Amino acid sequence: MSVVEPQVDSRDPAPAALDVRDLEVTFHRRGRDLPVLKGVTLRIAPGEAYGLVGESGCGKTTLAMAALRYLASNGTVDAGQVLVEGRDVSTLSDEALRKWRGEAVAMVYQDPAAALSPAMRIGDQVAEVFRYHEGLSKAEALKRARESLRRVALPDPDATLRRYPFELSGGQQQRVVIAMALAVNPRLLVLDEPTTGLDATVEAEILDLIEELRGRIHAAILLITHNLGLVARLCERVGVLYAGRVVEEGPAREIFTDPRHPYTMGLLRCVPRFGMNKTDAALQTIPGTLPALGEPLEGCVYSARCPMAKPVCIRREPDLYAWPGDGGPRGRAEAEAMPPEPAAFSPHHANPVGEAARHARCYFSAEVAQMPHLTPVLATSLEARGATAGAVLEIDDLVRTFRDGRRKLTAVSDVSLNLRRGETFGLVGESGSGKTTLAKCVTGLIAPDSGTVTFEGKRLRATAGRRSQDALRAIQMVFQNPDSTLNPAWSTRAILTRAVRKLGSGGSVRAKVDKLSADVRVEPRFLIQKPSDLSGGQKQRIAIARAFAGDPTLVVCDEPASALDVSVQASILNLLVELQTNEQVSYVFISHDLAVVRYISDRIGVMYLAELIEVGSAEEVFNPPHHPYTEALLSSIPTLDFGDRRERIALRGTMPSLSEPPSGCRFHTRCHRTLGDICVEQEPPVQEAAPGHTYKCHIPPHELLAAQATAEPAAPIKA
Amino acid sequence: MARLIGRRLLLMVPTLILVSILVFALAEVLPGNLGRFILGPYATQSAVDQLNHNLGMDKPIYTRYVEWAGHFVTGHWGTSYQYTTSVFPLVMRALGNSLLLAGFALVIIVPTSILVGVYAGLRRDSILDRAITISSLSMTVIPEFVSGVILIVVFAVTLHWLPVQAMPPQGSPFIDRFYYLILPAIPLMLLELGYIARMARVGTVQVLNMPYVRTAVLKGLPRRRVIFGHVLRNALVPTVTVIGSQIGWLIGGLVVVETLFNYPGIGNYMVNAALNHDLPLLEACVLVVAVLYMLSNLIADIVVAFLNPRIRMGG
Repeated sequence: MSVVEPQVDSRDPAPAALDVRDLEVTFHRRGRDLPVLKGVTLRIAPGEAYGLVGESGCGKTTLAMAALRYLASNGTVDAGQVLVEGRDVSTLSDEALRKWRGEAVAMVYQDPAAALSPAMRIGDQVAEVFRYHEGLSKAEALKRARESLRRVALPDPDATLRRYPFELSGGQQQRVVIAMALAVNPRLLVLDEPTTGLDATVEAEILDLIEELRGRIHAAILLITHNLGLVARLCERVGVLYAGRVVEEGPAREIFTDPRHPYTMGLLRCVPRFGMNKTDAALQTIPGTLPALGEPLEGCVYSARCPMAKPVCIRREPDLYAWPGDGGPRGRAEAEAMPPEPAAFSPHHANPVGEAARHARCYFSAEVAQMPHLTPVLATSLEARGATAGAVLEIDDLVRTFRDGRRKLTAVSDVSLNLRRGETFGLVGESGSGKTTLAKCVTGLIAPDSGTVTFEGKRLRATAGRRSQDALRAIQMVFQNPDSTLNPAWSTRAILTRAVRKLGSGGSVRAKVDKLSADVRVEPRFLIQKPSDLSGGQKQRIAIARAFAGDPTLVVCDEPASALDVSVQASILNLLVELQTNEQVSYVFISHDLAVVRYISDRIGVMYLAELIEVGSAEEVFNPPHHPYTEALLSSIPTLDFGDRRERIALRGTMPSLSEPPSGCRFHTRCHRTLGDICVEQEPPVQEAAPGHTYKCHIPPHELLAAQATAEPAAPIKA
Repeated sequence: MARLIGRRLLLMVPTLILVSILVFALAEVLPGNLGRFILGPYATQSAVDQLNHNLGMDKPIYTRYVEWAGHFVTGHWGTSYQYTTSVFPLVMRALGNSLLLAGFALVIIVPTSILVGVYAGLRRDSILDRAITISSLSMTVIPEFVSGVILIVVFAVTLHWLPVQAMPPQGSPFIDRFYYLILPAIPLMLLELGYIARMARVGTVQVLNMPYVRTAVLKGLPRRRVIFGHVLRNALVPTVTVIGSQIGWLIGGLVVVETLFNYPGIGNYMVNAALNHDLPLLEACVLVVAVLYMLSNLIADIVVAFLNPRIRMGG
């Protein structure tokens, strides 16, 4: 992994690729003015990669849209300037703006499927850029489009040119978007969550591509993401945005290893580090929630949530002070000497940006390293959780197929697993691997074609409609999106009351609802609200409370925290751990986020193309020897560890179709450790790496261990 | 795609059978007796019975249905009781007249309403958009017999700008027919304009908010390219579906306008056939309208598939 050094320093006369000065953007909604950006200043040198991080609602995307002069119609730039290569964007004429977009700046979006025009062939979409920016004929433009697709390593560019977006996989779609953005060599590339929503291995491919292209295109990059690992990997500098303010800025490495603003520290502490488990340490959370747009803030924008906040923080807002330096203490002394002015924002900087390498908007930067830890409940060991030898849940040879026209898709193929009381079984695998189908068979939302689900020693009926009331109560589910699971017309109290009436075991319904909401830390005043008035985290807490209404034995959690911001995700994970400790409930936990699964699970199963290819304790699965697919998955996660020199394993090709799974070992078409014919012809045996740790592969454990223990993979294959 | 069309065409068969049975059953429960109807109140009962016997009206309904259906599918559509002429040429001529009226209205209305709707969508929340939305909505809620009567009174009776009749005198050149159709076509246009324009507006507004339109703008494409290349194609999908169902509806819904203007179209014949127990004519009219309705929906679906490659290739 090669980090390109910024090619220009502050003495260079070349104007910045992006120079945002004291930018203030306000949205106008229902007669109210809601400030989104409150005096943001940042500079990106030509060729530099700058990461902008912060939770959703901080103003990241608004900043990017303001830079491209594409604010929503209810948004206005009230003050400040955006200069791109020295030109003020607001002064461009319509035609100049059009030329400038595409030629000077280009953007890559979060959801590539939505970013591509659905009814237009890929070739035409890419060729458009050449036709309207370079005035090429249709035929010439298509030829150039072909080159562009080749540049982003799309296999078979000729065929891709003729395809429609829906015929491509998510990774291929994002490559097309990148090809389009880079078509006419822009000097500034804005990447807005470019890998969010993509599978881990696809994300790794896209990151490799961006990194590789950086060496050739010399475009400056503005990377907007909530994924700190991504920034650590791609960017030289980072800006941390909170409530429309830059609260910290500096070189990525220094910011992530030695943060000097409590918010940055909070963000870093609430992400589970790679390899961390709930029994090792509880996740830190950031108390409270992001202020709503337009909510009046006093003093420092972060003071309401800051564990280090002092009265002076509310008295006056701190500036961005250079670090290291005495700006913070001096600013504090000034703030204490001056009359309080909590509502005023300070768009001015104690140090002009660019003079010092690091800035933090805090009076107490020197003390951030000693920021107090919150102490949420630490998970007890599996034994202490009352885990007994007997299985709560046993799944035997479960098969589920779907029909797609005339084709038969096997979504779950001969899966067997078991789960003990109080245990968490993590299920990982890429989209389409069968995780959710398996979960739905357990909860009875769909019936398996064959195979059995045994719960507390009794065989369960296939569908929920035919299961006993007791079985329904004991097996509950928490979904990814609480918006679609909670009835929007009901108050949260009504939602919980109904759940208690349906599932509860008698006693006072009201008392039970109050206890549930207290257990999930939702204050009573929120119970009269409807789901739409709650934050995403609160909604998910209510969804969890609903699942716990009947004191369940098993809760299936399908990506329960994936749609939430990192700080909220941490608190939801802590809540699940705490509920498990108190109630001895078992979880089946589905997630594509491997660090999260590693954190919360006692045992982990890895699925690939409908098969469970590896099962073992969380620690065993995450360490060699493990299945080559698991190995590839793990290698693909971007981490915050700057000493991380793991070789990323790029899988070949794309996920095969479920209707025609490959012969022999299903993974052989993409495997980097394939042995040859045996993998193609024979179904691999289940090998035991350790008691309770099994995987499906032809390579025996000791050989796998020997191969995986070395830093270099056996046969590194670039896609 | 070909399979999809074939399947849809095949599906028309049971639908038509069902429709024909329904019409037969409904005609049966209509009050009155066919023989008495034809011969008038002063005919003797025996003459009425004789005529009913000759017409086959004394046979059970299913026998009559099977006989009629057998003839119908072999091209013998029977004789109209009231006009005592062969039904087939009668219906075809009426159909021609109706298609001319509906076609005339549609040729003007479809491009106009799409233009107006898309324009309103592109200028969302502007004064023009509001004006278009409100006026098109108010046009839709005025029934065609109200607007028709008002138009006749104002333009034909008072101002004498346009003829009251919908058909030119015998021997006039064909082109004159359009002049005579202007007045009857306007109520139809008013009705459709509001509906189609609002669909086009909503489609445009929705597509303008799509991320791929943002991509197109930020790619630096000229505005007309964004609109014609990326917005319209997707925005018009719901509109096309609506137009398809409206064409069928329009032809059936001509009943009111044709009666009002006494225009010899299929709607007019259908009303008369129903009023006069003219079952062969009624069946033929209803089935022809049903076929048109289904065909226009099918064509709309084909156009939608053309606009949306996902449907085209998935079919």
